[in-house]
Amino acid sequence: MSFPDRKETEVRRMLEGPHPALPPDLAGRAAERGRRMLRRHQVVRTVGWLLLLAAVVAFAVWAAIVEPWTAPPPTDTTPPLEGW
Amino acid sequence: MVRDRRAARDGRRAREFEAFVAGAGGRLLHAAALLTGEPTGDTEAAERLLTAALARTYARWDRLRGEDPYDHTRRTLAALFAHRGHRYRHPRGGTLARLTPQERLVLVLRLYEGVAEEQTAAALGLPAERVRAICTRAVTAMRSAAPRRGATGTPPSAGTPPSAGTSPSAGTPSSTGRPAATGAAGTGAAAGTGSGAEAGAGVAP
Repeated sequence: MSFPDRKETEVRRMLEGPHPALPPDLAGRAAERGRRMLRRHQVVRTVGWLLLLAAVVAFAVWAAIVEPWTAPPPTDTTPPLEGW
Repeated sequence: MVRDRRAARDGRRAREFEAFVAGAGGRLLHAAALLTGEPTGDTEAAERLLTAALARTYARWDRLRGEDPYDHTRRTLAALFAHRGHRYRHPRGGTLARLTPQERLVLVLRLYEGVAEEQTAAALGLPAERVRAICTRAVTAMRSAAPRRGATGTPPSAGTPPSAGTSPSAGTPSSTGRPAATGAAGTGAAAGTGSGAEAGAGVAP
């Protein structure tokens, strides 16, 4: 309708040139690369879970051996002052 | 059991992806070639760019959750191009050879792909006014480069740079290239209208 619209339509027509031919193996290459990315993500996720699991196990073993909750409660009075 | 299900999912994903590339690949490659500034016959960098974008779409295929794969690929393509823009500072020809990488990106997104101004701005991380200004500047540059149609009847090869010489040949086969282009655009645009809002919302924050 307006002036800029006509200009844009003109440029739009320029952009719609002949399409380049799509290489027949492009889809295959992209899929192969995508598969590798998926596998890599999966490996990273698996390693992350394993690390978390190892950390939990290590903490449980340490807690079972040391039993930090059985330590005597801290005294709430200061020891008597002697030899002053 | 789990292995069977995974194999079935891999097969389905590969089939769907192949069909998607067969349908939309030509249009996407044309957009990539416009971005990299390569002539129609030699689109090596554009193919590399598109392969990288399509690989990301493939890796995300199962988690697209109703988003149009065309939208996703286009956004990835734009992001990859913006990220590697400095590599394409010296275009080797093509329709948009005289523009800067940013102008090419805005022009392709706005005019070739018909992405809304706000979504383009969100995708590029620019204010909408800036996108409009870049677009106007690019349109002016393109029109000053193009030979006036039917102005004085001078042949387009007379005194015009070689980049401008490609545009008349780009203009004439549009009658033959149009049905294929609109067909590919139909799949993208039809689904794009539905998911456009949420795609934009995904980019906005």
